Amino acid sequence: MATVPSAAPLDIATPPRGMVRDALRRHPTMIVGIILLVAMVLMAVFAPYLWTIDPQDLSPVRRLRQPSELYWFGTDMLGRDVYSRTVYGARISLIVGIAVAVLSVGIGLFFGLITGYVRLADTLIMRVMDGLMSIPPILLAIALMALTKASLENVIIAITIAEVPRVARLVRSVVLSLREQPFVEAAVASGTRFHRILLRHILPNTVAPLLVQGTYICASAMITEAILSFIGAGTPPTIPSWGNIMAEGRSLFQIAWYIILFPGIFLSVAVLAVNLVGDGLRDALDPRLARRM
Amino acid sequence: MSVPLLQVADLKKHFPVRKGLLSRTVGQVYAVDGITFSLDKGETLGLVGESGCGKSTAGKTILRLIEPTSGTIRVNGERIDALSRGAMRPWRRELQVVFQDPYSSLNPRMNAGDIVAEPLVNYGLASGQALKDRVSGLFAKVGLRPEQMQRYPHEFSGGQRQRIGIARALALNPGLIVCDEPVSALDVSVQAQVINLLMDLQGEFGLSYLFIAHDLAVVEHISHRIAVMYLGKIVELTDKRSLFASPQHPYTEALLSAVPVPDPKARRKRIILSGDVPSPINPPPGCRFHTRCPYAEARCKVEEPAMREVRPGHFVACHLRKVDETAFATIARA
Repeated sequence: MATVPSAAPLDIATPPRGMVRDALRRHPTMIVGIILLVAMVLMAVFAPYLWTIDPQDLSPVRRLRQPSELYWFGTDMLGRDVYSRTVYGARISLIVGIAVAVLSVGIGLFFGLITGYVRLADTLIMRVMDGLMSIPPILLAIALMALTKASLENVIIAITIAEVPRVARLVRSVVLSLREQPFVEAAVASGTRFHRILLRHILPNTVAPLLVQGTYICASAMITEAILSFIGAGTPPTIPSWGNIMAEGRSLFQIAWYIILFPGIFLSVAVLAVNLVGDGLRDALDPRLARRM
Repeated sequence: MSVPLLQVADLKKHFPVRKGLLSRTVGQVYAVDGITFSLDKGETLGLVGESGCGKSTAGKTILRLIEPTSGTIRVNGERIDALSRGAMRPWRRELQVVFQDPYSSLNPRMNAGDIVAEPLVNYGLASGQALKDRVSGLFAKVGLRPEQMQRYPHEFSGGQRQRIGIARALALNPGLIVCDEPVSALDVSVQAQVINLLMDLQGEFGLSYLFIAHDLAVVEHISHRIAVMYLGKIVELTDKRSLFASPQHPYTEALLSAVPVPDPKARRKRIILSGDVPSPINPPPGCRFHTRCPYAEARCKVEEPAMREVRPGHFVACHLRKVDETAFATIARA
């Protein structure tokens, strides 16, 4: 405590690093979220070294085994090791979550900046975005998947399209309020060129709300991917994603409960972890933003 | 006589009021409705009036941060009111601005040194070590320590932030700085420091200020001449001594009577205006002040008073004031 005298509770002039440390202290749940998320990422990256076998290895002889010392989470109807499949499934969920978050934030940022600055584009693009937003994201993703073949890339693209309007709307509103800020007017008055105003005055001030929005999109994309796979409109069945494992376990639920249980728990924990981090970020970044804007 | 630094003639800024699905224009906000004044080099013109009278809009329009609806703006005799964005750029070096709110007028994501350096970088006036030296020179000029260049705006107090804003305005060596209520958001003791800093800088660089404020005491201290605005128009314009000694417009009279006097025994007649300021969307016809003017006559309701010079250098827009011939004659004789 004594080492950070600048982080007094009433001091609104705390530098960003202190703010993060403060936020961590005020939100211990964020630490839990970070730990879970890091564990999840490590698990996905080091899947082959975590006492797993090939997740696609068929072995009809030992199908539908209960969880045991040998098969921690049991085996499915084709004799594949559910533990190995679940651990490898983390890769798919994280890839989808992160890719959708990055892509939709990037694309949404682009559209948001345009609509925030160009009146004509605003009326045109925003009407399209409103139209997309009126369709529930999951339904939109299902419809888009129906149009193409099942693959990981197509799942990512479909979910991204469904998420972009939300980001575009957020960025647009932030840009509209930033444009009117005196520091932007002062920059114009001192001869700052348009691209520099965008890069140095507008863009850096959209980072905080985008970071928060990005984490929420990551979480909802992981759920959407699982839903798509579960109903058979997502990643092809050859890929062990949590949604696929649960889909296969669905029909056997009454005799082999463990096939659906474990990937379900992992999905819940992963989404919870991302949401906890997002909540912490929001509380750490938002009040400061509100104070300064 | 030389050309004034800034000449504004019949400047108007009307904002359309849009409504409905097709954004039909259903009316206009007459924010600034024909103001005329000029400003010499090294002079401070105070622009006063209550909230919503259009004084800040006037300032921003002169800076071309808002496009004027009509009227002319001349800087050193050259018209800048119709210049394109690109053609305007060289002129921006002459016109700088200091805003009211020291919190929102500095980008929270840039450090103080970069904020002050930005105008210099924009015009390629310095780079590398030379840039750093210029910026630290500016910091010293406004009473900040050059070591503070690395700090971010939120690490400064309100008064210090306003000094950063002033340093940024000074960076390009402008002729005119539009000060849009630069001290209204500060504590009284800090107000005095900032006002004195502005006056010192004026003496040193021969700056002109268009000083927009609602605090008459502050305006009286810093200004040479004062223009009083009411509902988008200048109603009175004169040097500060004659404004405070013999206000001619009834609105100015009422404004001055509201200034607190630091003497508890002072007994004064306070003129309380009845009613509210009319909406600038539908300003009253004739003299805009007639709805609240204690002396209004029938004529005031239909005929708009023109700006007249009732005494040498003392302009007022009121039907009830007669031109003081003797004052002109005295001047002519001398």
